[in-house]
Amino acid sequence: MFKILRDLLRYNVEFLIGFVLTAGIFLFALAHFFAPYPDTAIYLLPPDMPPSPEYWLGTTSRGQDVLWQMSSAIWNTMTFGLTVTVLSRLLAVTVGMVSGYLGGKWDEALMTVNDTLIALPNIPILLLVYFVMRDQMNWPVLALTAALLGWNHDARLIRSVVLSLRHREFTRHAVFAGMSVPQILIRQHLPYVMPVVFFTAMNNLIWAIGLEVTLSVLGFSDINRPTIGGMIYWANQHQAIIAGIWWWIAFPIIAIVILFLGLFLLAISVNEYIDPRSRLSRMGG
Amino acid sequence: MDGFAKYLVRRFFQFILVVFLGVSLTFLITNLSPVDPVEQTVSLMTNFGATDPRSVELMREALAELYGLQGSFLDQYLSFWGRVVRGDFGPSLSSFPTPVMSLIMGALPWTIGLLTLAVVITWILGNLLGALAGYFRSNLMLKLAGATVMALHPVPAYILGLVLLLIFGYAWPVLPISGGAQMNLQPSLTFDYIRSLILHGTLPAMTLVLAGIGGWFISMRSLVSNIVTDDHVVYAELGGVSSSKIFSQYVARNALLPQVTGLALSLGSVFGGAVITEFLFNYPGMGRLLVQGIYRGDYSLVLGVTTMSIIAVAIAVFVIDLIYPLIDPRVRLG
Repeated sequence: MFKILRDLLRYNVEFLIGFVLTAGIFLFALAHFFAPYPDTAIYLLPPDMPPSPEYWLGTTSRGQDVLWQMSSAIWNTMTFGLTVTVLSRLLAVTVGMVSGYLGGKWDEALMTVNDTLIALPNIPILLLVYFVMRDQMNWPVLALTAALLGWNHDARLIRSVVLSLRHREFTRHAVFAGMSVPQILIRQHLPYVMPVVFFTAMNNLIWAIGLEVTLSVLGFSDINRPTIGGMIYWANQHQAIIAGIWWWIAFPIIAIVILFLGLFLLAISVNEYIDPRSRLSRMGG
Repeated sequence: MDGFAKYLVRRFFQFILVVFLGVSLTFLITNLSPVDPVEQTVSLMTNFGATDPRSVELMREALAELYGLQGSFLDQYLSFWGRVVRGDFGPSLSSFPTPVMSLIMGALPWTIGLLTLAVVITWILGNLLGALAGYFRSNLMLKLAGATVMALHPVPAYILGLVLLLIFGYAWPVLPISGGAQMNLQPSLTFDYIRSLILHGTLPAMTLVLAGIGGWFISMRSLVSNIVTDDHVVYAELGGVSSSKIFSQYVARNALLPQVTGLALSLGSVFGGAVITEFLFNYPGMGRLLVQGIYRGDYSLVLGVTTMSIIAVAIAVFVIDLIYPLIDPRVRLG
């Protein structure tokens, strides 16, 4: 594992840049544990201060330090994203592997449900969930809903991998050796599926973070918990752009764009590592 | 039954299933939630002033009837279906007494227009650039264009839209940033009105195009670079077929098939992007209607817009499925 990481860092520029960007943002988010102010406190500092040696990234109209707000915000946004990713990976792996291995009627039924879910627009459904939950809405519920909506593309991908493994020699050996279906899936096939899971996890993380930003920008989440989208929501509420308090809105945007770019570069370079075909075509020029 | 008819029946079945599941899901979400919409609306109404208890009680009954919340679970479910089929979601509370359906019908053309335009531009441009970049791998211009659209790809539509709004609305104010057309113009087929429509649609459409183009680019490029090494392409190259013909007939055409399927699968998420873009640019479509409905606590409006957008997306997916046999002879001939 560490050897792979070292090789990727050494030979793959995209991976290196992606790793540095993501790690930088992650360290910045970690710093919120050492924040001098509680992250939900408002009107603690003089409002609307531009970036200065005292407040590096300025303060908001709500009297918060933009730097420390951002640090907690990124942490919370990433927690949300990772929760969605882990939950939806579990679903995608289970459905994809069962569907691909069992085949036949099971496969048909599961994939029909899968395709049906793909065709449903996610955002209106999430907004509806928020609307009916209202004040009882908190981020774990939102994460669970997002995870329930975000696994279907990848389930199909995993299914196609397992489908090709099903007729391989070693699967037949395992069956004759008397392994049960769950055993075959977990011990024989899962190692082949894991690379795909890692790759789709990156993309899913990007999707989930984007979803969080989108929903909280509209104020459709717990608005008192600092998140990147939540910061932009409050900046909009205070008309920060018109009032000229650009630092309130510019720095969160820059941070989230850096995070997205980092994750995306990681995703494509990991994909290249997993799929030798694209690596070969790159070498061929 | 030949292959084509079989294909059509399958697709139609899928369409019905999407609508059925979508509408049922909408019903379940609203029904299983711990919050009672009647109480919510009542508290919203009584906020404006003291109301005597008897009229509150009457209001409660009227709302329960209006929202179809009377009777058993099954009764409510059936009556919800009845309302969906009749297209009757009752009056909107935030713009009483306009029926929800006529608000939706007013907003739908805007969303359909914006989305159709944006999706078509995104799809054509992304696939063209991706195919060219996959075929001419060493072209520097294409590499640069590819890097740009790929860098924009992971950024959510809202952030892209906000940056565009800051650039073209504040820093260099050349484009209108709010509304669907100029306020003082009547909808008509005059030059002024159409010009204002296009100007107002530019930024929202640009946001959706920039947000979507990278995805098509990436998948098309990898499809094409896989096909380029296929035997039939190598054979054509050896046989001296011109490279423009190889590109269009041997490579791009084959690579387009999965992209059309992908288009149908992507519509659901494209709609999500449109919701947020419309809200940002105050564009008078379904997305803005939905967000406004939520802000104002308008239960029937939110329910109506959600249900109708699920159905609208399902219809759009079905239409693309109908087009698919035209470009893939394997489906047509079975």
